Amino acid sequence: MRNELKKILIIAVVFLAVYFLPIGESPAGIRFRNGLFEAFALLNEYARKHVLLCLVPAFFIAGGISVFLSQASVIRYFGAKANRWLSYSIASVSGTILAVCSCTILPLFAGIYSRGAGIGPATAFLYSGPAINVLAIILTARVLGMELGIARAIGAISFGITIGLTMSIIFRDNQHQDNQADSFNSEDLQKPSRPLWQEIVFFGSMVGILVFANLSKPSSDNSFWMMIFNFKWFITLACLILLAYTIAFWFKKGELTTWVKSTWEFVWLIMPMLFFGILIAGFLMGRPDHEAVIPSSWVVGLVGGNSIWSNLFASVVGAFMYFATLTEVPILQGLIGAGMGKGPALALLLAGPALSLPNMLVIRQVIGVKKTVVFITLVISLSTIAGLIYGAFF
Amino acid sequence: MMRIQILGAGCHRCRKLAANIEIATKELGLECTIEKVTNIQKIMEYGVIMTPVLVVDGVVKIVGKVPDIDEVKRLLSSI
Repeated sequence: MRNELKKILIIAVVFLAVYFLPIGESPAGIRFRNGLFEAFALLNEYARKHVLLCLVPAFFIAGGISVFLSQASVIRYFGAKANRWLSYSIASVSGTILAVCSCTILPLFAGIYSRGAGIGPATAFLYSGPAINVLAIILTARVLGMELGIARAIGAISFGITIGLTMSIIFRDNQHQDNQADSFNSEDLQKPSRPLWQEIVFFGSMVGILVFANLSKPSSDNSFWMMIFNFKWFITLACLILLAYTIAFWFKKGELTTWVKSTWEFVWLIMPMLFFGILIAGFLMGRPDHEAVIPSSWVVGLVGGNSIWSNLFASVVGAFMYFATLTEVPILQGLIGAGMGKGPALALLLAGPALSLPNMLVIRQVIGVKKTVVFITLVISLSTIAGLIYGAFF
Repeated sequence: MMRIQILGAGCHRCRKLAANIEIATKELGLECTIEKVTNIQKIMEYGVIMTPVLVVDGVVKIVGKVPDIDEVKRLLSSI
């Protein structure tokens, strides 16, 4: 009976929404029509500009990382007996290779906290992980610009360490000193089957393809960069040949299958969400210089410029809102196009993927209410500060 | 009777693993109980730090990856 009631309610809501859709020549109608148009315009822009040259290689890199790099060798540094400083540094950068979905981030966080190196490295990892996974960094740099991509990575790493240290200073007494477990149950993680330099060449050639295929025309004319730009397709081709060589001679057939499989898994995991994320971002905010459903003046009013308030607002909204992997990028693109300041944009990029209401609830299960509140406060205030600093310079 | 547990805090990959296992056990005609463990503290008790995890009769079998249906079948019928 309750189920039926729920269905009736859903139908009623959908009916009312459709009934009152603003169709026609009224201002609201025009706005709605623009929104629909912008949604598909943005989707089209992504399909044309970002999918083939940027997302496809990025997915292969992410797939390769999850299959070929030994995650066990990184996880070792999170044990209870690991060197403190090493734990912090590794925790804040390891998101690059460990974190692509919340499946990895939250259990790792809980593991580091309760059986490993403690609250400091755990929170450092939790903050920086989602912001510096390869896919996020690549897409941010590609769509939102190199500066913001680099600022996001540096901000995530340095503020991750700061937050971790602050947490461990505040909660020193509660640290788990009685841990006997100095290693994790990770026997399933395979051992590397080739020398490190071969891995470097393999990943290097893929990064090379990604970088040179996407190289944009340098602004100054005479320089060394212009020469590189003119040869970019040759360099890309060279990287491709190198990659083909490494695949043909250094890898076993089974490994290649798992690589393709894991790449496919990422595509299947992320693409649908990205698709809808782009549609929604386009519908609400439009492309740069094209207004959609939300008036640009609202965006400018709330997060324009670089005041403390707009940075704080961006951080708070980012912290509570849930962003599916990578969808923060089109949303930010829309907001920046509608007049969001660069500082608040970085604040949102830093606070956004690290926290969301659902993941706060899981975090609370692990570290309790008090620590969760302190952590959220730190994330919001440090992201705000990062935004202020970045906004002041760029 | 085989006791299968799937550990994961409700993420996409964990649901995928659960779905694959349900299909595989049905196709094998295996008599078993399938239990989903979503509480992260309980997950931690198994000493794993990546999800999804497949536990059969209390023993951790797979950590941090989603095997396809054939792989699950092979694994389950070899136990």
